Amino acid sequence: MAEMTYLQAISDGLREEMRADESVFCLGEDIGAFGGAFKVTDGFIEEFGPDRVWDTPLAENAIVGTAVGAAVEGLRPVAEMQFADFVSCGFDQLVNVAAKMHYRQGLAVPMVLRLPSGGGFGGGPFHSQNPEAWFMQAPGLKVVAPATAEDAKGLIAAAIQDPNPVCFMEHKHLYRRAKGEVPEGRYATELGKVRVARAGTDLTVIAYGAMVSVALEATDDIDGASVEVIDLRSLVPLDREGILASVRKTSKVVVLHEATRSCGVGAEVSALIAEEAFEDLDGPVVRVTAPDVPIAFSPPLERAILPQTDDVKEACRELLAY
Amino acid sequence: MAVTSALPLTDHQSVPGLSREDRTALLRFMMMMRATEERALALYRQGKVPGSFYDGHGQEAVSVGSAFPLGPRDRVCILHRDLGAHLIRGVKPGRILAQMMGRAGGITGGRDGNMHFGDKDLGCVGMVSMLPDMMLVACGMARAFQMRGEDRVAMTWFGDGSTANGQWHEAMNLAGVAKLPIVLVLENNQYAYSTPNTGEFAVDPVERAATYGFAGVKVDGNDVEAMFEASAEACERARRGDGPTLIEAVTMRMHGHGAHDDMKYVPADLVEHWKQRDPIETYSKRLASEGVDVEAIAQSVREELDAETDWALEQPMPDPATALDGVFATDDPHLGDGKAPWSYWAKAA
Repeated sequence: MAEMTYLQAISDGLREEMRADESVFCLGEDIGAFGGAFKVTDGFIEEFGPDRVWDTPLAENAIVGTAVGAAVEGLRPVAEMQFADFVSCGFDQLVNVAAKMHYRQGLAVPMVLRLPSGGGFGGGPFHSQNPEAWFMQAPGLKVVAPATAEDAKGLIAAAIQDPNPVCFMEHKHLYRRAKGEVPEGRYATELGKVRVARAGTDLTVIAYGAMVSVALEATDDIDGASVEVIDLRSLVPLDREGILASVRKTSKVVVLHEATRSCGVGAEVSALIAEEAFEDLDGPVVRVTAPDVPIAFSPPLERAILPQTDDVKEACRELLAY
Repeated sequence: MAVTSALPLTDHQSVPGLSREDRTALLRFMMMMRATEERALALYRQGKVPGSFYDGHGQEAVSVGSAFPLGPRDRVCILHRDLGAHLIRGVKPGRILAQMMGRAGGITGGRDGNMHFGDKDLGCVGMVSMLPDMMLVACGMARAFQMRGEDRVAMTWFGDGSTANGQWHEAMNLAGVAKLPIVLVLENNQYAYSTPNTGEFAVDPVERAATYGFAGVKVDGNDVEAMFEASAEACERARRGDGPTLIEAVTMRMHGHGAHDDMKYVPADLVEHWKQRDPIETYSKRLASEGVDVEAIAQSVREELDAETDWALEQPMPDPATALDGVFATDDPHLGDGKAPWSYWAKAA
């Protein structure tokens, strides 16, 4: 075990997979000599060469479409969007070509699309988005969102080994802030299994990505209540049983995410609970999310939009008293 | 560290010409394409083909001539007016008819319709409706060949309308920058649905090839041998590592965009002009004058297609209980190799 940041853990997992399987390669903008906008592939070009760490022209559909072609021809591309926001420029190749390929033609597309997502650093409307729910509406895509360094490494490995296109949401706010013990060597964390970040009995907070640590901090001490925090880890496949097991135990649920509210992950999880665990509930399912607005640039505006620790604390307190 | 290939390299020093058998095969593939599409249109009018119907009537020389030089390990993304390329790779006409009728025996088993298919076992990746998306997929396959040091080619087809789309330019630029082993066949059939060339581009797209850093060549798309020669040269260029080629095949869409389209926006004299240049009729005359029994070829096409149609009509519709299957892959099946009927490959094998 070694202590690593979330960013180092992604790099480490990616490097291990590239060492173990020469069909794995990276492509994207400025990932070579520069090492990527966030330095996830720093040093990769020296170890793996310019073919396997391919600096592409600035063209997102070209990046995604080329990855699809390389994947069906037997390689395992890991494509980087410089920011998750820019996936809108490559959306057509992702949702029309990659996502539907296996259903239509029985042809696997083993590719990973790395998507640095999330706000909290003054990135403004085009560098702060959390677009994961877009992908959940495109059947055929898997969607993964690690919250810890250990999971970041295990889930990037699992995403690379998976025979499907996987959107890997890596939260920029966690890159250098989230740190933890990370096992050495290769390991893969199964997609579609929740992690119990903290066990509890009075209320469940369901979160993923950067909001897991917000949930833990917010519920660390709410008048002595025993609050369970569930880290979804993967949004597609969604661990329905893992969610429902926690609901049955605590009977009160807050769903927390940084992405906007309508038709988001929280809406899906809330509907699942309403359909499958209505009798187990002892209060309404509560969502804490960003409202349906773009992410503003100026820090006070951004703070007003993104869910804060106090917002979560307040929502939990109200629900506990229900 | 380069990615290594599991496949041996082959020697491509020169491109031999077409044998008499090859030329007969070219005519037969064009005849089979037209006959299959005419049969499919008849099935459509009988109500057996759901949705709409699209064909490449009058454009047969483009796909047949350009796909003919491909080797078994080359890969293709085929457009909806290029049935001939599917036939050359080895797709049976019956499976195509079953595909159009949404039957379980079709190439996609009813998952997708009309010409939206590619037989993965024959090295084809099927098109999507958004054009020209498959150019970039073909770029990805070409990139894989390049990374593994393989002398293989990716070929893809697209129409004149596609040249206005951003993805066309992304693919042209990427192919040029990375010097990819790819052959890009622009099928200029004069109309993007109802919009003529004059409303699509201000510069002939073949001229753009040079601005992206590679060769562009304009060919009579109704001359199957001219298409073959241009394509064979482009394939060799790609195999040598000398990069992409854009081939503009000048032809005419002789039917509407789909069966619902009466193409009243096309001047009658333009249609008449191209009718005189029908690729099958002109090539039939040419081969007949050289002693080829053209009627015997036409007869064998009719007989094969009748049997294939019977087979297609016997195929059941897909089981609704399977509608949810296969959204995700559980294993990683690879593309297979396609048929390569050109005598060069037959002798090489």
